[in-house]
Amino acid sequence: MIGAIDMFKTKFIIAAVAAMVGLTSVSAQAAEAGAPIERQNWSFAGIFGTYDENQLQRGFQVFREVCASCHGASLIAFRNLSEPGGPGFSEEQVKALAAEYEVEDPTAEGGRRPGIPADRWPSPFANDQEARDANGGSLPPDFSVLAKARGVTDPFPTWVFNYFTGYQEGGADYIHALLNGYHDEVPETAPEGFELAEGKYYNDYFPGHAIGMAPPLSDGLVTYEPGEDGVTVPETVEQYSTDVAAFMMWMAEPHLVSRKQTGFVVLLFLVLFAGLMYATKRKLWAGIEH
Amino acid sequence: MSEHSTYTPGNSVEKWLDDRLPVVRFAKEHLMDFPTPKNLNYWWTFGAILVMCLGIQIVTGIILAMHYTPNVAMAFDSVEHIRRDVNGGRIIQAVHAVGASMFFVALYIHMFRGLYYGSYKAPREIIWILGVLIFILTVATAFMGYILPWGQMSFWGATVISNIFSAIPVVGENIKQLVLGGFAVGNPTLNRFFSLHYLLPFVIAAIVGLHIWALHVPGNNNPIGVEVKESRDTVAFHPYYTMKDLFAMVVFMIPFAWFVFFAPDILGHPDNYIMANSQVTPAHIVPEWYLLPFYTILRAIDFNVLFIDSKLGGVIAMGGALVMLLILPWLDTSKVRSGTFRPMFKWFYWLFAINFVALTYLGAQPAEGIYTVLAKVCTAYYFIYFLVVLPVLSRIETPKPLPTSISESVLGKAHA
Amino acid sequence: MATQAEHSSTNRRDFLYVATGAVGAVGAAAVVWPLINQLNPDASTLALASIEFDVGAIPEGQSVTITWRGLPVFVRHRTAAEIEEARAVPLADLKDPQTDEERVKEGHEQWLVMIANCTHLGCIPVGESGDFDGWFCPCHGSHYDSAGRIRRGPAPANLVVPPYEFVSDTLIQIG
Ligand code: HEM
Ligand code: FES
Repeated sequence: MIGAIDMFKTKFIIAAVAAMVGLTSVSAQAAEAGAPIERQNWSFAGIFGTYDENQLQRGFQVFREVCASCHGASLIAFRNLSEPGGPGFSEEQVKALAAEYEVEDPTAEGGRRPGIPADRWPSPFANDQEARDANGGSLPPDFSVLAKARGVTDPFPTWVFNYFTGYQEGGADYIHALLNGYHDEVPETAPEGFELAEGKYYNDYFPGHAIGMAPPLSDGLVTYEPGEDGVTVPETVEQYSTDVAAFMMWMAEPHLVSRKQTGFVVLLFLVLFAGLMYATKRKLWAGIEH
Repeated sequence: MSEHSTYTPGNSVEKWLDDRLPVVRFAKEHLMDFPTPKNLNYWWTFGAILVMCLGIQIVTGIILAMHYTPNVAMAFDSVEHIRRDVNGGRIIQAVHAVGASMFFVALYIHMFRGLYYGSYKAPREIIWILGVLIFILTVATAFMGYILPWGQMSFWGATVISNIFSAIPVVGENIKQLVLGGFAVGNPTLNRFFSLHYLLPFVIAAIVGLHIWALHVPGNNNPIGVEVKESRDTVAFHPYYTMKDLFAMVVFMIPFAWFVFFAPDILGHPDNYIMANSQVTPAHIVPEWYLLPFYTILRAIDFNVLFIDSKLGGVIAMGGALVMLLILPWLDTSKVRSGTFRPMFKWFYWLFAINFVALTYLGAQPAEGIYTVLAKVCTAYYFIYFLVVLPVLSRIETPKPLPTSISESVLGKAHA
Repeated sequence: MATQAEHSSTNRRDFLYVATGAVGAVGAAAVVWPLINQLNPDASTLALASIEFDVGAIPEGQSVTITWRGLPVFVRHRTAAEIEEARAVPLADLKDPQTDEERVKEGHEQWLVMIANCTHLGCIPVGESGDFDGWFCPCHGSHYDSAGRIRRGPAPANLVVPPYEFVSDTLIQIG
């Protein structure tokens, strides 16, 4: 027993020393994880958040013209694009869009047929191996839930506040940061002292910094039509990345708007009901010393 | 219990039923007329809240099971299918996932209530032990539920926890294979966990029945810890406590609904939106928050003790943490139940509560540097509280004078 | 005498009780065992117990991860420097003492074949990292050297070398 306690003591001292050393390694790790990610003003944040249809339509355009050549969105069906709470395309638009694609269907003649709104978004590659081979060994992740599969790790006490503000936009913030996180002049080169493997690009926000995706966006790459409301937006990387991040958030959380609307009614009901319950309970107990 | 019975069947049908299966009499005695101390505070509403939580998990769970597919190739997509396509699925799924967390919030509050007011002391030992059993089973249920969405955290959480079994000497590896149905977490594991995840809540419900049965033998403890002496110390459960409990349930639903509707994913981990991949470990594996205190204790033992290596030592410590709860009624022998009248106990109790929060926090931190030291300190206090503080205090502490009865104490309060 | 007879009849009765109980217990165990044993790895899982893999395509200094019995397995083509480094370590420095020679097949020293799960709690360590030019497990910080031996951190043992044979010069059979 004495031996065990002694052992504990020595271990304790060793651990205490390790702690000092450890503290430095923690900060080293923080640097590893990338620069702090700036929060954006998203229309879908907060308890009254809703998607901006025009933004989702623009984001869809960026996705379709740029990202979709490498990234899939296997859980998204064409029909989703015209469903309420989404980008708000009309059913005719979606039908026409789906028909532009060919999908596999073993029951069709020749095994392929034009798409219909019920079909899922066709994947750019037949399988993961093919996707890797086309991308220098890196696998472009599927976009269906990506905006929720990424997040920012906030230090204490910020993460506590997040519970009260309901901050759920970390994924969108990360995507926006990543797309703006390449080093402009010489994308392939990294800061001095950083060894970048061949075929990798340096990115401030990607964990480990060496990302297999070349900078996908550049100013003027996608031509935006003026929106239904006639508003024009700049054709810049900043704007494209914001729009596509919003679109990805919608892909990951297509029922966000109705969820928040219902939630508001539910909370209002609960608060009212709780008030009434409290009054009734008081009344009932009024004659009893307790 | 029949001495409380005031039931007289109202008509011939009720009389006929009462002679054959006295369910109405039973309900009246136990749910309506049951004499309950009139001084219970709001910490006593968490029992009812827990019953509600279990009900919510069972109802939403059965619905989820109607749309879920327990197969490694389809499980992840089927949960997404629930969220995207099933009518109201996003909300029902969120209620179940958030509900698990809320369940544990209520469980921990309920348990800490018992720890403070000495509700584990004679004659309520069995109630307490059944409660600890419910806690352990709920942990097991939640752990198996968490594997079902088949995300990265599901997979790696299950891998890490099931590897704990391999620490058992000699038969460890065989037990692990028996539990997993393979050499690693895989399809057989997912299937059996789904089966057990469906079953266990009903086992829990049965034990809750025993828990309440055992409670109705001596009746409730109360904030002053002085037993009920006469009928004016109590009120009928219905309508007084039914109303109070219902009010508390509605209040509890407010933060619950907040998470469900406005931040359904905040209590989870983003990595669980990546489908399980047995070839890639996430950079930082964290179990669900409600397992963290025990995970910290597991990791705190990173040194060998005599012939016990660190891995087995961690498992023993974690098991020991639960054993402490089971034998608690015999560790604290103080005659006074309620912490309110124990001046020294109070300090150690609150330190224990803070310590428990610290254990939770540490479980989410990387096991390095200062954190490993703190984890050891906090783990040590957890055990010291049970094994040293409580037995010693029982001997040396002079409690404050107790009120003679519940009625006296509430009158004193009213006229003070 | 009467008591004597009573006594022996009690004995006989006890024996009968015990015998009936024992036979009943054997019967119950015989029923329960299959109900538990079904939980063990099934035939289709065990069928994957042995696989063949051609290591010839792995360039020097690189690793691949293959799957054996559902477990990831590292196959690494080690550089001469890595081998030398592993062999230079004195056994006394090791938590789980094993020479490099014991961990590879004679004549095929460049090939290191190991189950990829950390011996701590089963995470997959990251290759070409850690403080010992081997693997580093991010979960709780275990460092392995270029022979996959545990050098620092909570893991109790070296990365496990599965049973395998070279059936030809570059073809290995695991299991
Ligand atoms: C003690 C009660 C219960 C607890 C604590 C519990 C806990 C959990 C947890 C933590 C998850 C993972 C949720 C996620 O991360 O998305 C889950 C999933 C699930 N549970 Fe339960 N559960 C309970 C009762 C039940 C019951 C009674 C059923 C069915 C009859 C059920 C069916 C399911 C199904 C199908 C899933 C997978 C779908 C999903 O991930 O949302 N659960 N459960
Ligand atoms: S699992 Fe590798 S260090 Fe714990």
